[in-house]
Amino acid sequence: MINNMDLSLVDWSRAQFALTAIYHWIFVPLTLGLSLIIAIMESIYVKTGNEEFKRMTKFWMTLFGINFALGVATGIILEFEFGTNWSSYSWFVGDIFGAPLAIEGIFAFFLESTFVAVMFFGWNKVSKKFHLASTWLVSIGANLSALWILVANGWMQNPVGMIFNPDTMRNEMVDFWAVLFNPSAIDKFTHTVFSGFLLGSVFVIGISSWFLLKKREPQLFRHSILISSIVGLVSSFLVAYTGDSSAKTMSKVQPVKFAAMEAHYYGKTNADLTAIGILKKSGSQIEDKEILDFAFRIKIPGFLSILTGGNTSTYVPGLYDLVLGPDSIKGIIPVFEKMNRGKFALNVLTDYKRGVMINDTQQVNLIRKEYFGNRDFMNEAFRYFGYGYLGKPSDAIPNVALSFYSFHVMVIIGGFLIALCILSLFFALRDSIEKHKWFIYISIISIPLTYLSSMAGWVLAEAGRQPWIIQDLMPVSRGVTQINTGSVIATFIIFAVLFTALLIAEISIMLKQIKNGPTPQEDKK
Amino acid sequence: MTGIAPIAKKVFRFYIEGFRDMSSWGKKVWIIILVKLFIIFLILRLFLFHDFLKSNFDNDNQRSEYVLEQLTKTPPKHD
Repeated sequence: MINNMDLSLVDWSRAQFALTAIYHWIFVPLTLGLSLIIAIMESIYVKTGNEEFKRMTKFWMTLFGINFALGVATGIILEFEFGTNWSSYSWFVGDIFGAPLAIEGIFAFFLESTFVAVMFFGWNKVSKKFHLASTWLVSIGANLSALWILVANGWMQNPVGMIFNPDTMRNEMVDFWAVLFNPSAIDKFTHTVFSGFLLGSVFVIGISSWFLLKKREPQLFRHSILISSIVGLVSSFLVAYTGDSSAKTMSKVQPVKFAAMEAHYYGKTNADLTAIGILKKSGSQIEDKEILDFAFRIKIPGFLSILTGGNTSTYVPGLYDLVLGPDSIKGIIPVFEKMNRGKFALNVLTDYKRGVMINDTQQVNLIRKEYFGNRDFMNEAFRYFGYGYLGKPSDAIPNVALSFYSFHVMVIIGGFLIALCILSLFFALRDSIEKHKWFIYISIISIPLTYLSSMAGWVLAEAGRQPWIIQDLMPVSRGVTQINTGSVIATFIIFAVLFTALLIAEISIMLKQIKNGPTPQEDKK
Repeated sequence: MTGIAPIAKKVFRFYIEGFRDMSSWGKKVWIIILVKLFIIFLILRLFLFHDFLKSNFDNDNQRSEYVLEQLTKTPPKHD
């Protein structure tokens, strides 16, 4: 058990943040994806002058508008929670988080808020090209907003570009470019944005398929499917490519999470990748944590080694090796060793605090010079500061079943979506979608499946990082504010009600607008 | 200044006409946005979500001391 933690408070605070983030994420990927597809549709309209593409753009823009409007400000609640429920964490991350979020706010406000108005109010009031530019700027603005949020999240997965200041107790950014081009941030941004494009594409394919099923506006929706299939197919391959890159980075900077998502316990070369698997208890344990085995498994021989190192001879450490050793394997520092280093760093900080409290300037200056100003101490010990809070090595293992299933749900649905986009494009090019009713039904069902995949990706990213709120530096239990658990439970319930109401409002307004369909009369105004 | 006033007037009219001619779904969505913003900023922010460090401490020194205390209280013994 992690030392000195109020499990109830920590768990409720986590549940509250997870609930808010998941509901927020219902709105975001559709905004990212649909904004791009709309911009492409409008570009075709401006290029060809074909009114059908204008009607198409307006129809999808309506659905974009509903989603965009109902999603607005749901992310602000996450920022409230940082200040109220995660105050130690918020203080500790310092300007690392503040700078990207401030830039995000400026982009979001000036680009999205300004040009969204032109998108919706400006059809007959500004030139075609200015309107098109506004639509593109909304899309670019939305995706750039995502960049800064994901840079902040990337830092939580792999903290770089900062130095810890014991006087302010904050991490101070010393290298903006290292934070921006952090491999975890780049992977996260590209993977997330492309998955948003894919989700937007599947949304358009699914809704368009419903119109074809109802035999309404077939030409318009065939063209919608064609455009979104191209965007979807390109995006799906980019999602796979960036997912691969993300996994490679994870194997280096978060090897425990990487091993957990594959339920990979014992290190080996020529390690197999699990394509599909069902886990069961093995009866063995790593300390108090159950080792899971496969009740059913379809594996790809040697592919986990290829995924991480490019060849089958790459050694892939398992959870057992990472947590308990063996330390003879080059490059692995087992958790128990990191705990020693973390405890040492924690004791240095405690001594520093004692010096500050008794106003012992000599001791404070000495510790500052010998330790916090010493690169070796920062790289070899303080880097593992968070491990000082672990009670035993197995505390560093996240929930393996949750990590494994969320990863595999994401990947399996991702593979299915590649096939969907290929088929969709194939049928759209042959103008034969209506002849394949099964495909129409699958397209419609694919909409919730794509959301599920997107959510599963975030569950892996966040739950797989446990017990850390900042990888290796701070466990979740130390980031939480020591407030009354009852108030956290109360706000959890309020959010659950508020967000569910919002979701119901979104779905009902959207369904009504979908049923109304594109209205030719609107264009004559 | 003579150039800015007409532009500001045009922008103002652009928004006024935009809201006036808004479709029924747009009006519904705006009502939801306003209710949501009211709940978020006037209920959640004012009554439930105080910035813990800002509202409990007067300056950054006190805040950093508090966080230092939180991070170092009952530290485990160095092996």
